Amino acid sequence: MTDLTKYTLNDALDAMNKGEFTSEELTTAHIKACENATKLNVFITSSFEHALEAAKNSDKRRAKGNIGLIEGAPLGVKDLFCTAGVKTTAGSKILDQFEPTYESSVTSNMNSQGMVMLGKLNLDEFAMGSSNETSAYGPVINPWKKDEKLVPGGSSGGSAAAVAADLCLGATATDTGGSIRQPASFTGTVGIKPTYGRCSRWGTVAFASSLDQAGPIAKTVKDAAILLQSMAGYDEKDSTSLNIPVPNWKTSCDKSIKGQKIGIPKEYMIDGMPRDIQLLWDQGIEWLKDSGAEIIPISLPHTKYALPAYYVVAPAEASSNLARYDGMRYGLRAEGSDLNDTYSRTRTMGFGDEVKRRIMIGTYVLSAGYYDAYYLRAQKVRARIVEDFENAWHKCDTILTPTAPSAPFTLGRKVVDPVEMYLNDIFTVTTNLAGLPGISIPAGLNQDGLPLGLQVIGKALDEDNVFATASALERAANFNLKPKKWWIE
Amino acid sequence: MFTAERVADAKDWIKGETGDWEVIIGLEVHAQVSSNSKLFSGSSTEYGSEPNSQVSLVDAGMPGMLPVVNEYCIEQAIKTGLGLNAKINLYSRFDRKNYFYVDLPQGYQISQFEHPIVGEGNIEILPIDSDGNTLDPVSVGIERLHLEQDAGKSVHDLSPDETYVDLNRCGVALMEIVSKPDMRSPEEASAYVDKLRGIVRALGTCDGDMEKGNLRADVNVSVRKPGGELGTRCEIKNVNSMRFIRQAINYEARRHIEILESGGSIDQETRLFDSLKGETRTMRSKEDAHDYRYFPDPDLLPLNIEQSYVDDLKAKLPELPDAIKSRFMDDYKLSEYDARILTADKIKSDFYEIVANGRDAKIAANWTMGDLFGALNKSGLDLNATPVSAKMLGELIDRISDNTISGKIAKSVFERMFNGEGNADEIIEAQGLKQVTDVGAISVIVDEVIANNKDQAQKAVANPKLLGFFVGQVMKATQGKANPQVVNKLLREKLGL
Repeated sequence: MTDLTKYTLNDALDAMNKGEFTSEELTTAHIKACENATKLNVFITSSFEHALEAAKNSDKRRAKGNIGLIEGAPLGVKDLFCTAGVKTTAGSKILDQFEPTYESSVTSNMNSQGMVMLGKLNLDEFAMGSSNETSAYGPVINPWKKDEKLVPGGSSGGSAAAVAADLCLGATATDTGGSIRQPASFTGTVGIKPTYGRCSRWGTVAFASSLDQAGPIAKTVKDAAILLQSMAGYDEKDSTSLNIPVPNWKTSCDKSIKGQKIGIPKEYMIDGMPRDIQLLWDQGIEWLKDSGAEIIPISLPHTKYALPAYYVVAPAEASSNLARYDGMRYGLRAEGSDLNDTYSRTRTMGFGDEVKRRIMIGTYVLSAGYYDAYYLRAQKVRARIVEDFENAWHKCDTILTPTAPSAPFTLGRKVVDPVEMYLNDIFTVTTNLAGLPGISIPAGLNQDGLPLGLQVIGKALDEDNVFATASALERAANFNLKPKKWWIE
Repeated sequence: MFTAERVADAKDWIKGETGDWEVIIGLEVHAQVSSNSKLFSGSSTEYGSEPNSQVSLVDAGMPGMLPVVNEYCIEQAIKTGLGLNAKINLYSRFDRKNYFYVDLPQGYQISQFEHPIVGEGNIEILPIDSDGNTLDPVSVGIERLHLEQDAGKSVHDLSPDETYVDLNRCGVALMEIVSKPDMRSPEEASAYVDKLRGIVRALGTCDGDMEKGNLRADVNVSVRKPGGELGTRCEIKNVNSMRFIRQAINYEARRHIEILESGGSIDQETRLFDSLKGETRTMRSKEDAHDYRYFPDPDLLPLNIEQSYVDDLKAKLPELPDAIKSRFMDDYKLSEYDARILTADKIKSDFYEIVANGRDAKIAANWTMGDLFGALNKSGLDLNATPVSAKMLGELIDRISDNTISGKIAKSVFERMFNGEGNADEIIEAQGLKQVTDVGAISVIVDEVIANNKDQAQKAVANPKLLGFFVGQVMKATQGKANPQVVNKLLREKLGL
């Protein structure tokens, strides 16, 4: 029998529609793959029994002609989405035994479209990190290299590694500053962060509310389109959710980009960027030209201020969002001599270094006397970034950039230097600050045989053109390499 | 910042060792919005339910939960703003006020810091001195009104070493109404709160129940030499009755004066009022003040309100106490005093209007204020618990004006009504109190009385004051039921007066 884990989501859905195999068979194959991949440490909590049950139910629904968008597809869920009755840790000790009674809107949408959830995927603690090394449940290992332990990127490292290693047909992820796109780039997968407000944030553990967006990590652009369609939609429980219909993005992937104007921002050519990333970017430009698109040089003049502004705004919101983890109602509690001591012990024990660092930065930038100099100024920069893009849209339809300034790096190499780690987000934070859709697609390998991604940024709500442009690149790049499955014993 | 131009009347100055002092007062009133559900969640706001029975996932600060604004609370805040003659801000925003406490599950309170929903306004108050005299009206400026969440309740007395938390109140909508420092005496401060209470009750935006804590005040007090430089202020937290407000101000003003006159200086601080001892004491000093790290709540969109929506609410606004009062003075020709008492709150003015409807307005006012309010006061009852309804009181007045009973008999009927013996007609019937207006029947009794008092009758022409004696005798003989006008007329005729 063929290896069912090699299917793309789209192909697997087609095959099930044709009756070639059942969800139960597909799910069983993926569970087996997961069980063989413990070395990668992608799961915080697996729910295989639950998945098999869900697969059987899906097969019954299918038999009745009741077929959802992702009917019977075995998928992974980043452990930041609350799942009713299944432990949700956010990668943190402070939520170690937390079992929500409620289901996040995103996973609830996916459940009603037929998702089979294999389990909860590892991530940087509270989604704060770019390497998955800040997880309280250990780092995820990038499947692309056996001999040297590489990071899968972060914060959605578990999601990216699981998809790259064929452990699931796709996975949910979240992106606050690049947490979908950078790990997608590091693992040779596709990841899209949609327009802010496309996916409800209700029931997803918050990091930075004005930046957080859910999206999928997938094997192909079309798979990402299908998954995003199953996740998105208006939710009255999230005041920032957009009350507009969800388009059929699968068809966007087959759209021609002839005549499309693609902007190339000169500010993204940064000093010290590896040569193979520059070459890949040039190659991407050529591919798009070959697809009939017009290349337009553009300027996004405030780009260099984006990263510092992001590292003010995101920690500021996080410092407040994480105040609820106080050991009083749920999660870890370390008793102290009095209330303040209990707060202090609980949070000292429950949070890791990176989370503490960001809470402290956030608290500092919101403090009396510093608010204007940091938080307010960062908000002004944010407004300029938005303007930069608005000006650019007069000249072009989408923008092409590299996804990340480097290829996956060795475990432990950057975690000692927060600033170097933060630089990973340099190409991705701008779209979070501006609320725009951005996708990363695998475009090639560097000289060490490690995957590199290219990013397509679109106008707000124009995921249609983002998918179309990304599909054109995907066809041209014809990236069909997979890591060798060294982790199977 | 604040300025305080008005100088208090000399009668309100406080005498100190070094001369007179003036007290400057500003209030922050927290008024719980009347609404069925909380400001950002669908939980019920009902008072007195089982602890923690009205707590949603949002109220409990569970991971991933998001607030969604309750539009009815916005409407209530705008109506209140209109009632305070204040500017409604078409753009306003919610901010987070960050601090840790057990009754604050989110670790922040959602409030409005930089852009409140209501801006500056103004109300006129009528202070009453300790003898009950109305003083000249005083205009009090409103600085702002903003919406915010209430916190939960910490219960310290269920266990010697543990604190219990009830989150039922957590997330309930409050309006914080901040006055300008425009009050100059404890009486003005309590008149201000009384006026605010009347306005929110008339609007139906807050029930004004101070006992339940649904209306409570933080009182800012400072002293200065009359008309001089403003002094340092202290804030007295959560004072929850008019009497305590006056007591707290008196105590605090004296405390400031004593410190200043002995060469000391006032520390800006937050104080608590101990209602048992009638004094204030330090809660936290300025150095301990929290840095709340306010910033715009990214979970909520700014509020953008259409002017047409505000206009619409304004057009539908119920009549406010001031308007009702001037209408009572114009339409019912009531004195300022009567009108003020009868419009002190909505229940009173509604009650009076039913009693006065189609009847003599002054008589209706006398019965409502004198007899009924007096009786209620004596038995410690609120008007909403009155045993004599407006309809019943009106019918009693009708029986006077249609001569069924005399005004004097009516007093005893009223007493019986108040004791729950039935309505006026039932009591008149049961007690046989119906007035005798039959001239023939009264005439017989008049003749008898004259016959029995021949001496007096002869003196009556020379001394017409004796008429009173004869009226008394006739009324006595009829147990007060004879129509006094008829008795008078007949006696005058028969005595030749």
